[in-house]
Amino acid sequence: MSTYYLNYLEELESEAIFILREVWAQFQNPVILFSGGKDSILVTHLAKKAFHPAKIPFALMHVDTGHNFPEAIQFRDDIVDKLGVNLIVGSVQKSIDTGRVAEEKGKNATRNALQITTLLDTIEEHKIDCAIGGGRRDEEKARAKERFFSHRDEFGQWDPKNQRPELWNLLNGKYFEGEHFRAFPISNWTEMDVWNYLTKEKIEIPSLYLAHEREVVKRNGSWIPNSEFLKLEPNEDIVKKKIRFRTLGDITITGGIESDADTMEKIVEEVSTMRETERGNRSDDKRSETAMEDRKKDGYF
Amino acid sequence: MKIDKNQLLRFTTAGSVDDGKSTLIGRLLYDSKSIFEDQLAAVESSSKQKGIEGVDLAMFTDGLKDEREQGITIDVAYRYFTTPKRKFIIADTPGHIQYTRNMVTGASTANAAVVLIDARHGVIEQTKRHTFIASLLNIPHIIVCVNKMDLVDYSEDTFNAIVEQFEEFSSKLLIKDVRYIPISALNGDNVVNRSEHMSWFQGSPMLHELETLHISSDINKIDARFPVQTVLRPQRKGFEDYRGYAGRIASGIYRVGDEVAVLPSGFNSKIKSINSGDKEVEEAFAPMSVAMTLEDDIDISRGDMIVKMNNQPELSQEFDVMLCWLNNSPVKPRTKYTIMHTSNEQKAVIKDIVYKMDVNTFKRNEDDKDLKMNDIARVKLKTSHRLMLDSYRDNRNTGSVILVDESTKETVAAGMIV
Repeated sequence: MSTYYLNYLEELESEAIFILREVWAQFQNPVILFSGGKDSILVTHLAKKAFHPAKIPFALMHVDTGHNFPEAIQFRDDIVDKLGVNLIVGSVQKSIDTGRVAEEKGKNATRNALQITTLLDTIEEHKIDCAIGGGRRDEEKARAKERFFSHRDEFGQWDPKNQRPELWNLLNGKYFEGEHFRAFPISNWTEMDVWNYLTKEKIEIPSLYLAHEREVVKRNGSWIPNSEFLKLEPNEDIVKKKIRFRTLGDITITGGIESDADTMEKIVEEVSTMRETERGNRSDDKRSETAMEDRKKDGYF
Repeated sequence: MKIDKNQLLRFTTAGSVDDGKSTLIGRLLYDSKSIFEDQLAAVESSSKQKGIEGVDLAMFTDGLKDEREQGITIDVAYRYFTTPKRKFIIADTPGHIQYTRNMVTGASTANAAVVLIDARHGVIEQTKRHTFIASLLNIPHIIVCVNKMDLVDYSEDTFNAIVEQFEEFSSKLLIKDVRYIPISALNGDNVVNRSEHMSWFQGSPMLHELETLHISSDINKIDARFPVQTVLRPQRKGFEDYRGYAGRIASGIYRVGDEVAVLPSGFNSKIKSINSGDKEVEEAFAPMSVAMTLEDDIDISRGDMIVKMNNQPELSQEFDVMLCWLNNSPVKPRTKYTIMHTSNEQKAVIKDIVYKMDVNTFKRNEDDKDLKMNDIARVKLKTSHRLMLDSYRDNRNTGSVILVDESTKETVAAGMIV
């Protein structure tokens, strides 16, 4: 006899598909924010399911800081090709060249915060009214307060204290001209859920997530990969380590962890025994206790 | 962990820091090993800064800057933890009367409500308010945790007296399933682990209750309701004639070959195929997201509902709802609000406010016709077109509505169809 209930992964999948379809039904010009990281890959995969047998009706949008892992860019281009969707690239380098933003100065300078301007400019330029993100509420304390449909004012800002209440499955995506929304279909997934699902569904991810040999340097307790953008400090040495990445951001700020997990199954095993959060190796979140909240208010992902 | 069978349970907790709500959640996360070392280190260092000895468990649930500064919860925050038996989502909501709307929001999707009572104070207004909202929002299970038992010498008599108080006032409410547990969130008694101080208590610790509550029946599997979200028209080779009606089954079970009616038009047809993702299935049930095709070519669009021929909702333009006002600006008479109900959207006006509910005393006030933020009232609604209605008691998904004020685009009210 069949049992008429879903297990938790099936329920999360169904919820995410519901939200993706709701985005399609309520907005004129929605896109998926695609970074090449596992969360945006998951969202894209869920979108494929949500609209099968039709094509994914969203373009993928990538905010390119110029400081990329080459593997992630290759992965992005392959997936765009395979799905036959449009790719919109917002370039931070272009924002710098046109004087919209200035490169940060100092030792820990990154292009992380600069992405906000590029992101909002690209949204405006392409008249995007909803940007679908892979943000999850378990990632960070400010994200724990995020809605499925999250309103952004004319300035692209998030007002966490004045959010629309979200009840049952009734999502209000109404906005005035110039405003936009962010939608977060995998809000209720945890890192563990994502890995379990990616493994179960045999979804391809960039090789960076699997353990591999790489030249790295120890910085603030994380292994930062060697790249053309890395400026070595006098006391730093480049060493070779077997590492993998738990999240993918800019190559300049994403730290790897030492690991032997070179298959999906081994990653699931490893993540289930992890004692540190995945963003613990992201120096963008370490700047202050409210680093994420502050950036999100300004319009960050 | 056997992920193939484990279910997802959503529960809500309401209360203030004084009840030990945050401490309880912190304790659940901590004892179920759901807190990471970097989170622990961050809380340890903040605790130290504030001059608190050891770890302040409550700080695990602090979110926004203002909340940390003021030491209160303002908005609904969602927390996650997993045990070998289930995945849990906690909707952590503030308990003060001025945040009734957030309590309602957190309660709207919950399978269970955890009601916290301070053992020293017994049932207070806030307990009644929270329980009333749990019953109004038809939360299937209620777990009453009598907290701070360590401060009343783990007294069985105190516990029993509070249970009696609770039984007395809650007998006036519609509650299906309630259980009582004496706990100390601070010391961990009966939260995750069984207490060594209360051998007189024969029940299970709180986490065990949460892991074993029967929740498969929380969703209505009798009345089949399928609101159409969008229509899939692939326009690619091999699918030229495909018209898939996509949506999330709100309740009930559908099988290929079922005779169905499409509402509000009333046309009849048969289910030709059901797709779950890229797989074809023979049957599907709530809350699955699927795409259906029908034998006949009927004009169907977003907002329509596919139901079984022999079990149909009521079609009506005038009906009563219990309305919770969510917005800073009060109700405006004669305003045409947008009403959202399943995937359907129409205009609605509030014809009459029948009575206002005092959420502390459960008294009805028929004279007060003013609806302000956090007020709960029974109102008469009239909509521009017929809606496909079920009562909220029978069906949380097809019995719920929200009102949107088009002049601000904000969600101003949440309603439960009577």
